Amino acid sequence: MNWDLLANYGPRMLSGLAVTLQLVVISVAIGALLSVPLALGRMSKRGWIRRFCFGYVYFFRGTPLLAQTFLVYYGAGQFRPELQAIGLWWLFKDAFFCCVLTFSLNTAAYQAEILRGAILAVPRGQSEAAMSLGLSDRQVFRKIVLPQAFLIALRPLGNELILMIKGSSVAAIVTVFDLMGVTRLAYSRSFDFQVYLWAAVLYLAMVEIIRRLWDKIEHRLTRHMRSA
Amino acid sequence: MDLLRLLSFGPDGWGDELLAGTWLTIRLAIATLPFGLAVGFVVALAKRSENRFAQTFGNIFTTVFRGLPELLTIFIVYFGGQILLQRIAGLLSDGTTAIEVSGFVAGMIALGLVFSAYASEVFLGAFRNITRGQYEAAYALGLRPAATLRLVIIPQLVRLALPGLANLWLILLKDTSLVSVIALDDLLRMTGIAVRVTKEPFFFFGIACLIYLAMSIISSFGIGAIERWSNRGLRKTA
Repeated sequence: MNWDLLANYGPRMLSGLAVTLQLVVISVAIGALLSVPLALGRMSKRGWIRRFCFGYVYFFRGTPLLAQTFLVYYGAGQFRPELQAIGLWWLFKDAFFCCVLTFSLNTAAYQAEILRGAILAVPRGQSEAAMSLGLSDRQVFRKIVLPQAFLIALRPLGNELILMIKGSSVAAIVTVFDLMGVTRLAYSRSFDFQVYLWAAVLYLAMVEIIRRLWDKIEHRLTRHMRSA
Repeated sequence: MDLLRLLSFGPDGWGDELLAGTWLTIRLAIATLPFGLAVGFVVALAKRSENRFAQTFGNIFTTVFRGLPELLTIFIVYFGGQILLQRIAGLLSDGTTAIEVSGFVAGMIALGLVFSAYASEVFLGAFRNITRGQYEAAYALGLRPAATLRLVIIPQLVRLALPGLANLWLILLKDTSLVSVIALDDLLRMTGIAVRVTKEPFFFFGIACLIYLAMSIISSFGIGAIERWSNRGLRKTA
């Protein structure tokens, strides 16, 4: 352990950790909001809605997050006059905002697929039983299908959260000082390889905490399904 | 069309550069695959073994390489490998020789480690789906353990693991883009160079995305063909 280095860069790495968490929490939350209409759109009766949502999901799942981030961050620079004209340039010149935008759009596609799979996995008998009780389509969806789908989706959504924490490290490449960005800075100044190992420990700790937390949440939410 | 001319091959177009980058991306992914599969299989065997030490090693390996960001793994292998090789070289000679780690090899090892951590879980799941009866039947036929593994278990394992591995391949293809940060001239880095010269970021990064998309689509067709082949022994239900 190099204690001088830790005293120098330790606090900065912790603030980088906070940036990483902000990035992930905001993106995953926006992505969750977007994923519901996307998942429903994938199952829509209207062909053009279905095709649009399919194309969206296919694009964001089929291309690397880094390439998408470059497309938004550097691509926005090309539309500077237009963005200035509508008064949005101050947002797009900020790397943090571009990363939040890209990550949200990206995770929305993944979350939509998870949600769609979960909705389709709810046994048909559930909605049939609800309909025979006289519930309307909307009620069946909101009170019967969605709560059960959410339980099925819980575990893959937790995995998506972990993937997002790992994926958010690409923000460092477009000059955001998240945990990865601070680590790269510390390495380029000190040439001490240790900083990468500290970052590794921090990332592993984050992932492990979320994994444990998710087990707890799942255990609690499925308590009605266990026999005593 | 001005933009289309930028994609032409030759001195003032970027088509050949992008193609070279795409080729490197494909080569890297294909070189990583057998390495990742082999390590993943060994790790899966370690996690299944009765040896406590091997089990613990397998579990730690999986936790670490599934938990670390791929980008960080690449940096650790690239810079760490450089330091390690330098130390080894220092022991062997006077220590003045500068050693440079090939970005390609570092990228291959890093991506291979990540791939194998996920692949070991896929293999483990596939192993669980092969029933005891298969082993017992092979034993009753007088097959030795090695022959059982080769003739009975692995052919079924391939079929069971294929969907999971196909997914990992598509993820690997996308993760190769991260090696552009260790100065490897893959598709994304070549695109970045084209952008710096032409000042057309939206167009070129859009093209790069489409090329990645095309690689995914072509892979999906290949995967479908392999899946049909591996399922050839199954009876089809009407």
